[in-house]
Amino acid sequence: MKIQLNGKAAETDCQTLFELRDRNFSPDCIAISNGFQTSQDMPLNEGDSVSIIKKGVMPSRDELESMMAARHTPAVHERVKKARVAVCGLGGLGSNIAVMLARTGVGFLKLIDFDIVEPSNLNRQNYYVKHLGMFKSDALCQQIKEINPFIEACGVTAKITRENAKNLLNDCDIICEAFDDPTAKAMLTEIVLSEMPEKKLVCGSGMAGFDSANSIQTRHIFKNLYMCGDSESEAKPGNGLMVPRVSVCAGHQANMILRLIMGIDEP
Amino acid sequence: MKINGKEIQYEKEVTLDILMEQQGFDIKKIAVMKNGEIVPKAEFGKTMIGAEDSLEVVSFVGGG
Repeated sequence: MKIQLNGKAAETDCQTLFELRDRNFSPDCIAISNGFQTSQDMPLNEGDSVSIIKKGVMPSRDELESMMAARHTPAVHERVKKARVAVCGLGGLGSNIAVMLARTGVGFLKLIDFDIVEPSNLNRQNYYVKHLGMFKSDALCQQIKEINPFIEACGVTAKITRENAKNLLNDCDIICEAFDDPTAKAMLTEIVLSEMPEKKLVCGSGMAGFDSANSIQTRHIFKNLYMCGDSESEAKPGNGLMVPRVSVCAGHQANMILRLIMGIDEP
Repeated sequence: MKINGKEIQYEKEVTLDILMEQQGFDIKKIAVMKNGEIVPKAEFGKTMIGAEDSLEVVSFVGGG
């Protein structure tokens, strides 16, 4: 039968996944069938997409890419690879969202922030001590190359303004608002909805403190506007931003973006 | 008029900036859709809101 093996068309007479693994590779390899890594043998079927990878060894570029694709199930991978997403603000929300989208295999990420990494960011943002003093856009692109070298991450060191927003965001289909400042959040929302009505916008609002994580939700507000958060928990003295809820909100935003990429427009 | 689905009574038409202030919104931190269309901030002062209008107001809080 014909199958896809490690990203290439292959012909096999093996009847099961493990037979294929043991005959062509070795029993200690990891086997992924149609996106699912399994420790139980299963029958092989015509057209299956199979990855068999040696454990703990850096695979070749082709093998690594096909394995990552296989892990996302092929139909999902095709779509995420073509997606273009802009992340506006690379703080607690944006840095975590960018990393999630990179792991998901989103093909083009535009990562925009004007600021540098500071010690106060390390409590919740996806940076390390070695990044202190670097522009967030550069630090994040550097990490993403290590996480998923098969996507394009374009870092932009700039403050998004009323004047430059359209120019900066034009080459993306989905825009993720991940600012800290509520005035900037409102401004970006207004600009995207009025000047770029064909784009989808996924915002975050309300994720400070350590109130229940269950109050953080994704809502479809209107048209192309989605809002994640609890809408209330403002960052202020006595109610700081902490990584668990910030990450929950980032996860909501990243998941809504993935859903939009997959053509689903409800939360 | 309706704000976020809730009926509000006003004697006569009112501009959007005054309405928002009176309803307790911080104009800098909101985005407003009037009858399904976004209203740019610069037009708040000249956008009249009357009995038939329906507004969706999205308020943002700080943190990210």
